[in-house]
Amino acid sequence: MSLVLDVRDATKVYGAGETAVHALRGVSLQVEPGDYVAIMGASGSGKSTLMNIIGCLDVPSAGEFHLDGVDVGALDDRRQAVVRNRKIGFVFQSFNLIPRMSAVMNVELPLAYGGVRPAERRRRALAALDLVGLADRVNHQPNELSGGQQQRVAIARALVNSPTLLLADEPTGALDSTSTLDVLGIFDRLSAAGRTIVVITHEADVAEHAKRVVRLRDGRIIEDTRLAPVDGLPPRLKEVTA
Amino acid sequence: MNAVEIVRFAVRGLAANKMRSALTTLGILIGVAAVILLVAVGEGSSQSIQRNIQQLGANTLTVSSSTGGGGGGGGGFRMAQPQEDTGPRTQAKPLTVDDARALADKAAAPHVASVSPVVSANSQAASYEGASHSIQQVVGTYPSYFEASNKPVAKGAYFFNDDVLAARKVIVIGQTVAENLFGALDPVGKQITVTGVPFTVVGVLKEAGSTGGFQDADDLAIAPLPSVQQSLTGFGPLNQILVKAGSADDVAAAQAEITSVLDQRHGVGGTVAADYQILNQATLQETVSAATSTFTVLLAAVAAISLLVGGIGITNIMLVTVTERTREIGIRKAIGAPRGAILGQFLVEATLLSLIGGLLGVAIAVAGAQFTIAGITPVVVPSSVVLALGVSVAIGLFFGSYPANRAAKLRPIEALRFE
Ligand SMILES: Nc1ncnc2c1ncn2[C@@H]1O[C@H](COP(=O)(O)OP(=O)(O)OP(=O)(O)O)[C@@H](O)[C@H]1O
Ligand SMILES: [Mg+2]
Repeated sequence: MSLVLDVRDATKVYGAGETAVHALRGVSLQVEPGDYVAIMGASGSGKSTLMNIIGCLDVPSAGEFHLDGVDVGALDDRRQAVVRNRKIGFVFQSFNLIPRMSAVMNVELPLAYGGVRPAERRRRALAALDLVGLADRVNHQPNELSGGQQQRVAIARALVNSPTLLLADEPTGALDSTSTLDVLGIFDRLSAAGRTIVVITHEADVAEHAKRVVRLRDGRIIEDTRLAPVDGLPPRLKEVTA
Repeated sequence: MNAVEIVRFAVRGLAANKMRSALTTLGILIGVAAVILLVAVGEGSSQSIQRNIQQLGANTLTVSSSTGGGGGGGGGFRMAQPQEDTGPRTQAKPLTVDDARALADKAAAPHVASVSPVVSANSQAASYEGASHSIQQVVGTYPSYFEASNKPVAKGAYFFNDDVLAARKVIVIGQTVAENLFGALDPVGKQITVTGVPFTVVGVLKEAGSTGGFQDADDLAIAPLPSVQQSLTGFGPLNQILVKAGSADDVAAAQAEITSVLDQRHGVGGTVAADYQILNQATLQETVSAATSTFTVLLAAVAAISLLVGGIGITNIMLVTVTERTREIGIRKAIGAPRGAILGQFLVEATLLSLIGGLLGVAIAVAGAQFTIAGITPVVVPSSVVLALGVSVAIGLFFGSYPANRAAKLRPIEALRFE
C-alpha cells in the first residue's frame, strides 16, 4: 500500500554556529491512507517544526519527504503551491482566517486559487461549512465569530479541496471544552469517512481520539503507539456521535 | 485563478483602506495634473508669443539703428542724445529717409517688395470733443506699412502717397483709440487733435486683439511720415525701416541686399562694425520658440519631479501594505496561492492606485486648462496627457513591483511568523 506521508530522517536546524537550535534531529515517519495520527510532546520538542515541513510551509535542513509518492522538496515553487492547494489542508492553532472576508469567502479561497469556477466554488464552500455545522454563519466575518466557530471555518477551508492529508497544529489549543468536543467530533467523523489526519496536541484526551500516537522529545520520536487499526473506526467515535 | 479574480482581490485590498488609497491617489493626481497643466501653460504662452510675432507681418525685415539714437522722442521735440562709441567707428550714422529710398531701388535690391520708413512717438495725448485718450504709439510712415506690418483697416481707408507728399494731417486709428475717443460713433471723417495738432481720421484698423502681451496692439495711430515728423517727432533719424520681401523665399536674399546697400551707405566694412541691425522675423520666431520651449521643458521638469514624488508615495504605501498584510500573504500561500497570484494582486493594486490618480489628474488638468492662468490661456498638449498617464501607470508598475515581489517571494512560514 502506498504511503500518504513518508518522512525520512528529516532534520531541521534553526540558526547557525553557537546559537544553532536543532529542532529536529532525524525524524522518520510513515503514515498510511486513512490513519489518524496524534503527535504529542513537550513544548519545544519540535512538533510544529515537523508539521510545517509536512505542510510544505517550510523546508527541512536535511532528509527527504514524500507526499503521496511525490518528493516535494524537488518541486519548483509553482508546483509546491499546487501541492499546498490540492493535497494538504492545514488547520492552525490561531485559526488564521483572512480578516474582512466572510466565512464563505474564506472557505472559497483555496478553490479560487485552484481555478474552480465561482458557482461550483460557492456550492462546495457551502457544503464544507454545512459539514462543520456552520450553515447559518456563512456571511459572518471572522471578527463576528467565536473562537470555536472560527476554527470550524478554518477546518472547512482545509477540507474544501478534499486534500489527501489534513494537518492540524493544536487545533483545540485555543478552544474551551465544548468547542474542543465539536472539533474532535468533526475529526472523528472525517477519519471514519476515510480521511487521513495528522494532529498535534498537548492534551492526552485529544490524543485518545486518534488511531495512533507519536511522541516527540528533543527533535526525536521516542514512542509510536497504535490505539486502533488503520482501516478501523477512530476509538472514540461512538462517544462523540452519541 | 484568472485575471478578473486577481483584479477583484486587488480592488478589495484597496477598498479595505479607503483613506490611505485616496491619499496615495492624490499624490499621483497632483503629479499628473501638474505635468499636463504646466506644459499647457508653457504651450499657451509660446503660442501667444508666436501669434504676436506673426502680427508683425509676414516676410518682413525690420532695420533699426544699433546705436541708441533711434528711440522715439516724446512730445514735439527730440533730445540730443550722446552717441555711445561701439568699436572703432567714430560716428554712427542714423537711419534716414535716404537710406529707405536706396533700399527701394529695384536695381540694387531686386528682392525687396516694399520699404516703409518709420518714426514713432509714444504716449501722445489725443482728444475729440470732450473725450481724451493717451495713444500708446503714433507711427509716421508710408502707405506700404499697412500691408508690410499686417494691419488692415476695418472702416474707412488707408492714406495714400499723395497724402505723404503733401504731408496731410490724416490719420488711421486703432480700435482702442476709436473706442476711447468716439465710443459708438463712426470716427471716419471726424477731426481729432494729437498733442494739439488736428488730424482727420480716415480709417480705423481692424482689431488685432489682445494676445497676452503687455502692449495693447490696438492702442496706436498711423499717419503719413512727414505729418508726424512735422507735428510730433521732428525731422530726426528714423526709428526703423520696415522692409517687405517679395515672398518667404526672398527674405534671405532681401536681407543680404539690405546689408550690402546699408554697408555701403554707412561705410561699414573692415574694422568698422555695422551701426544698424536687421531683425528677421523668421529668425526671431525661431529664437523665441527655442526660448519658450526651454521654458516649457523647465516647467515640465518641475512637474515631473512632483510625479516622481507621487511614485515614491505609492512605493511607500505598497511597502506598508505588504508589511501589514504579511500574515495574510502567509495564509494565502499556505492554502496554495501561487507566487503569480500574490504578485499580481499587489501589482494590480499599485497600478490601480496610479491609474485612477492619473485619470483623475488628466480630468482636473483638462478642466483647469479652461481657465486663464497668469494671463495665459493654457493649451493642452495631447502628447503630454499620454506621457503623464503612461508615466503614472509605469510608476505604479515599477514602484509597486518591489514590494509586490518581496511579498510573493516570502516562504509561507516566514510570512505566517511575521509580527
Ligand atoms: N523560526 C525559528 N527560529 C529559531 N528557532 C526556532 C524557530 N522556530 C522554532 N524554533 C525552536 O525550535 C524548537 C522546536 O520548536 P517547535 O515550534 O517545533 O516546538 P513545539 O513542539 O511546536 O512546541 P509547542 O508545543 O510549544 O508549540 C524550539 O526550541 C524553538 O525554540
Ligand atoms: Mg507548536
